Amino acid sequence: MRSLSSFFYRYQRLSLLLLLALPLLWLGVIYLGSLSALLAQSFFSLDGFTGQVVKEFTLSTYTQLFSPANLDVIGRTVTMALVVTLASIIVAFPLAYTMARAASPALRSLLYLLVLMPLWSSYVVRVYAWKLILAKEGVLNWFLSKLHLSWLSDGLLGLPVIGGPSLSLSFIGTFLVFLYIWLPYMILPIAAGLERIPKSLLEASSDLGGKPALSFWRVTFPLVLPGIVAGSIFTFSLTLGDYIIPGVVGNSQPFIGQVVLIQQGTAGNIPLAAAFTVVPMVIMALYLSLARKLGAFEAL
Amino acid sequence: MTNSSVRFENVNRHFGGIKAVDKVSFDVKEAEFFTFLGPSGSGKTTCLRLIAGFEQADKGQIFISDKLVNSIPPYDRDVHTVFQDYALFPHMTVLDNVAYGLMIKKIPKPQRHKQAEQALEMVRLTGLGNRRPAQLSGGQRQRVALARALVGRPKILLLDEPLGALDLKLREQMQVELKELQTQVGITFIYVTHDQEEALSMSDRIAVFNHGKIEQLDHPRVIYEQPKTSFVAGFVGTSNLIEGQLAQKLSGQTSPFTIRPERIRLTQEIDTAPQTIKVAGTVHDIIYLGMYTRSHIQLDDGPLMTVHSQNLDSNSSSPKFHKGDRVNLSWAAEHMHHLEP
Amino acid sequence: MKDRISWPLGLATIAVLLFLHIPFLLILLYAFNTEEAAFTFPPPGLTTKWFAEAWRRQDLWAAISLSSRVAIIATLVAIILGTLAALALSRSKFFGRDSLSLIIILPIALPGIITGIALRSAFSLLGLKYSFWTIVLGHATFCIVLVFNNAVARLRRTSPSLIEASLDLGASSLQTFRHVVLPNLATALVTGGMLAFALSFDEVIVTTFTAGQQQTVPIWLLNQLTRPRDRPVTNVVAVFILLVTLLPILISTYLTRNLDDLSRTGK
Repeated sequence: MRSLSSFFYRYQRLSLLLLLALPLLWLGVIYLGSLSALLAQSFFSLDGFTGQVVKEFTLSTYTQLFSPANLDVIGRTVTMALVVTLASIIVAFPLAYTMARAASPALRSLLYLLVLMPLWSSYVVRVYAWKLILAKEGVLNWFLSKLHLSWLSDGLLGLPVIGGPSLSLSFIGTFLVFLYIWLPYMILPIAAGLERIPKSLLEASSDLGGKPALSFWRVTFPLVLPGIVAGSIFTFSLTLGDYIIPGVVGNSQPFIGQVVLIQQGTAGNIPLAAAFTVVPMVIMALYLSLARKLGAFEAL
Repeated sequence: MTNSSVRFENVNRHFGGIKAVDKVSFDVKEAEFFTFLGPSGSGKTTCLRLIAGFEQADKGQIFISDKLVNSIPPYDRDVHTVFQDYALFPHMTVLDNVAYGLMIKKIPKPQRHKQAEQALEMVRLTGLGNRRPAQLSGGQRQRVALARALVGRPKILLLDEPLGALDLKLREQMQVELKELQTQVGITFIYVTHDQEEALSMSDRIAVFNHGKIEQLDHPRVIYEQPKTSFVAGFVGTSNLIEGQLAQKLSGQTSPFTIRPERIRLTQEIDTAPQTIKVAGTVHDIIYLGMYTRSHIQLDDGPLMTVHSQNLDSNSSSPKFHKGDRVNLSWAAEHMHHLEP
Repeated sequence: MKDRISWPLGLATIAVLLFLHIPFLLILLYAFNTEEAAFTFPPPGLTTKWFAEAWRRQDLWAAISLSSRVAIIATLVAIILGTLAALALSRSKFFGRDSLSLIIILPIALPGIITGIALRSAFSLLGLKYSFWTIVLGHATFCIVLVFNNAVARLRRTSPSLIEASLDLGASSLQTFRHVVLPNLATALVTGGMLAFALSFDEVIVTTFTAGQQQTVPIWLLNQLTRPRDRPVTNVVAVFILLVTLLPILISTYLTRNLDDLSRTGK
């Protein structure tokens, strides 16, 4: 044993490689291998007559991807991801601020736990909960009618595009569930970012005559920006790829994830499904390289 | 002639383009209290880590007890270290920490616990064996670290600024204890510090480091009284450096010289004693420091001089001189120390 | 010094907390609902009979068994691979280190659907049949990062001089790992492992692509979402999954008493 140890001590590079061998093999071969297989599939095409995948290089699947109907799907998904991200920044801020700045240690721990619980609890169950909430006879409508606010939800549902016959069959419903599910991913990095701002910095700003609003935009916001970007990586990426939430709550207009599911499943068009997954990958790659420049990775 | 304990021969250690240790050679004798003194980044800690085996020399040879150890890993060297942050294992009790090296050597439990308890007794921590390191004060942790390093009876003990985290009173007490301990166990201590007082008070010999090189290696008294370079003169104690024309005018030699502040007399009248050097100046400021008074005197045609005068007269409530006063400085010629050009 | 909370901020904080937690209370409430066919609020009456009915369902027990076995194996794989990667990446800087951390994070940073369809297309290219092991393969892949993140955070907080001290006292690299590194990592590995178990037990998106016809508990629940048949039993199952996924976070909070590690773990 001891001589083996000395051997590794002398050849540190080699022992490093041995440590890394298993994880590298697993992630490199299984995961990256699968991803490249997927990427490769997007350059194949589906034979319309036989329904078989033709394993020859072609860009025809990508031409298909950019058809108006598919662009519509992509546009809808990206818009939803953007709106969900923006909304979660706004909703996350007060709680994150309280967590980071205003709380005693005990309260701070409690608040962290209260944010971590929804983050870690079951995703499917949380989506299911919203089915209960948004149902016509469910709790939200009951609450609104008790408050005599039914006119508000009726008015919102009457709006074009985002409206619909009921909350659970409209984009408003889809948006609410997305916001609920991904919100903790935004709260935590913002809180972490806020905690890193020295209190003295804000005091210095107000000492120098900065009004609270001005201190916020000039001092707090730029310093929290990496945290916001880190959070938005999650909210944006997760919304782009989700197919369960719009399937459970929403009108029948599909999102990217749903199209991928249908194309690879019932339609059997794996090349088109693969091409569709390239869209969120490219968007996220662009976003990540931008985020890297803004220093968001230190906030993760 | 005593035997060699640690010997460096032209040892180099580079980090990227930085020469952390630059062609360093020295020879530590057995049972010597040897100190590496220098500012941070001077290479003293890297030298210590080279002895422990945490760093590998790029060039040169390192000997421990006359055996070449360049490629021997730390766990096969008969050298133990007291770390700056003590590096006590947080998941073990104090006793298990101290007995760790013995456990590795597969010494049976009752025996190793007995030895560990003896070691704790030696550092005056009897009865604290069942505590966790987190439950101890800084001074106690430092003693545990000492006991852990000494219990295996190494030939050499390395100490990396072990007193740095302690407050002044405790530090002074520990300096005395460390020196006593070293005499008691009779092994080589190699001690790293940036504190010149610590180095002067404990060491048999001191190596003063600067920019990866040893500027001077000698006994404490020689380091202080006869610094070889202006860096040593300035780093060990305070010193006035006089160079150029003024040096020649005052000493008759072209090489620069240093004069310690406490060797200078300040008087109103010109000192007439023979064999004294005399120069005039104006008081720049005066700081009362209890035991002595520090004055800065601007020489008429030279640098700002620091003078330390002992406060022998307990009745005088006001200083002898004031800012702006004309004064004469004088010192015995023997106190001037010429630097290597 | 912390500043005091102004009342609009306090109000907004409470509102967001309610938004996050009321759905849980509703799930709990509906499990006791006497109403069978609809989600009427408030429930007309309360009963515990659905728990007994759920207990008798064979299909549910099969799903629970499958989910548990998958989660245990995936967690074990994740602990081994995640620890190895953390040890390698935390102790030295080497070429390609950043790309390696990226590969570890990628399976949860990319939408699950990408991981899922990638694995499915790889299986079909290789002619692999869906089985217990295809599910494990997917789950272990995205669970590695949970163990990895917890272990790396712990190793970073562990002073490097601890390892040097052990080597210095005569312990070889392997002895140092056993007596110093591993005991220091233990709670981080338990935490990471429990989180991995919870995530695997709950995961549905990747599983959809790697399970074939097999039913895990969340897939059973998902099917009820789109084709509801047994609403009352579904409500009970929802409470059950909620508990299985919440317990690890509560236990690990107690274990580590350091929520910062967990919050940086990103699910």
